[in-house]
Amino acid sequence: MTGSAANELRIAVVGSGPSGFYTTEALLRSGAPVTIDMFERLPVPYGLVRFGVAPDHPKLKQVTMAFDRIAKAPGFRFIGGVKVGDDVTVDELREAYDAVVLATGAELSRPLGIPGEALPGSHSAGDFVAWYNGHPEFRDLQFDLDHEAAIVVGHGNVALDVARILAKTADELRQTDIARHALEVLAESRIREISIVGRGGPAQAKFSAKELRDFLELSACDTAVDGRDVAPDEFEPLNPGDPELIEKLSLLRGFSQHAVTKPRRCLVRFGLSPVAIKGRGRVETISFGQRSGAVEDIACGLVFSSVGRRTTPVAGVPYDDDRGVHANMDGRVANGGSVIEGLYVCGWSKRGPSGTIGTNRGCGIATAEAVLADIAHRRPRTDTPEALLSRVVSRVARIVSYPDWGTIDAAEKRRGAALGKPREKFVTIPDMLAAVDA
Amino acid sequence: MTYVVTDNCRGCRYTECVTVCPVECFHVDEAMTYIDPENCIDCGGCAPACPVGAIEPDYRLAADKKYWIDVNRKRAAETPVISARLAPLPGADERKLALGR
Repeated sequence: MTGSAANELRIAVVGSGPSGFYTTEALLRSGAPVTIDMFERLPVPYGLVRFGVAPDHPKLKQVTMAFDRIAKAPGFRFIGGVKVGDDVTVDELREAYDAVVLATGAELSRPLGIPGEALPGSHSAGDFVAWYNGHPEFRDLQFDLDHEAAIVVGHGNVALDVARILAKTADELRQTDIARHALEVLAESRIREISIVGRGGPAQAKFSAKELRDFLELSACDTAVDGRDVAPDEFEPLNPGDPELIEKLSLLRGFSQHAVTKPRRCLVRFGLSPVAIKGRGRVETISFGQRSGAVEDIACGLVFSSVGRRTTPVAGVPYDDDRGVHANMDGRVANGGSVIEGLYVCGWSKRGPSGTIGTNRGCGIATAEAVLADIAHRRPRTDTPEALLSRVVSRVARIVSYPDWGTIDAAEKRRGAALGKPREKFVTIPDMLAAVDA
Repeated sequence: MTYVVTDNCRGCRYTECVTVCPVECFHVDEAMTYIDPENCIDCGGCAPACPVGAIEPDYRLAADKKYWIDVNRKRAAETPVISARLAPLPGADERKLALGR
């Protein structure tokens, strides 16, 4: 902490994913006398970089080096293991800090909203991702992979992540940081056919060409596009100046012409809207409406829906139900048309789940500008962070600092090294806390 | 792989890329920006952010643009990191129009 000058601005950031870190960076670099307390409900930071980015995308995870650099700046403090809205309220934070920035992401999966969605075997892709990435709150979910066919509903990058993890052999995943419990289940998987099904045509698919390219390199899985779904001219880009779209359509066209020889296959399907999930006691088929209006039933033992995410509402923060985010006007939390003083949002909990990791950097800069523009008119604090934290410490098992996280991190890397993995994550909170004291 | 800044950047240098780069791998000189291939994590955020379509993944470059891979590597090593957006160069908007963007 850099002293306690009277003009010092104390800011709480809630959430330690990309948008929380980039807003922190922008505030600390502003030249204003700012200190940041970053609240995180888990003992470990990085949000979706740890629990969302696929284990076989290690290069993307190197972004954590940028987060660690931000965390080393004077004036930064990590307050892990404290859940805002539960262990401490938003109103308590607002009394103790000059500004509170919510960077809480979009954790809730949107439902398909069709009959049969609650049948065993029907899952949300987000839950599966959090499970294979070792999120403590998802670690105990059960995924029964003792079926031949799985269907992923959705055409975004998360849908491709899920399909690719299902398509890979245990040997292709063994040296990633995938959670051990997930690797054990995936190693016993009987899944041979994975359909990735979306409503639109090839040009409407939201996944990126880069994610699609990963399917060229699967050791035991061919990727195919069902020619019945797509008219040949749908592989022609309407905008010839869009290299991303050109590459995506060219990859899909290639998949449509590809011979299928490997033991597993991914089928990318287009123009199909899910109507109902059916089965006696568990998922057996999904009925899809075709563009023609006809209904096609596809047999499967597992469904993963990947049709978007919403921010989890936080007590004391108005919610925008249409957009699925904390209600805000350009980063200022607002109830109807009236701004709630001292309360801000950034990242996915501000603008919804879109963009790449770096999109949150621009978003964080914008929120930081709003915070600093308002702060001259702030109302005086009625509490101090120190007094608040002295009360909070008795409400939680332990407050985890950034050096504590460094201890957990080192322990995970040691466990991983013995297995040829970059790390073996701790997947329960007690195990994380035990590593701090080991 | 890495992402690469190519000739469309010259004379514009909008630096929208810098704002969205999560790892600050952009370098800059008086003419354009360059990506440090050692630090780029292939997130792909910069390519759609560029108003003039100057940025591509290396594998997607046309044969006559492949030399930009080496230019980026070399110039990134010789020039400073840029961590915040700059004003575009004078005449950037005219050049953008001329590029058909």
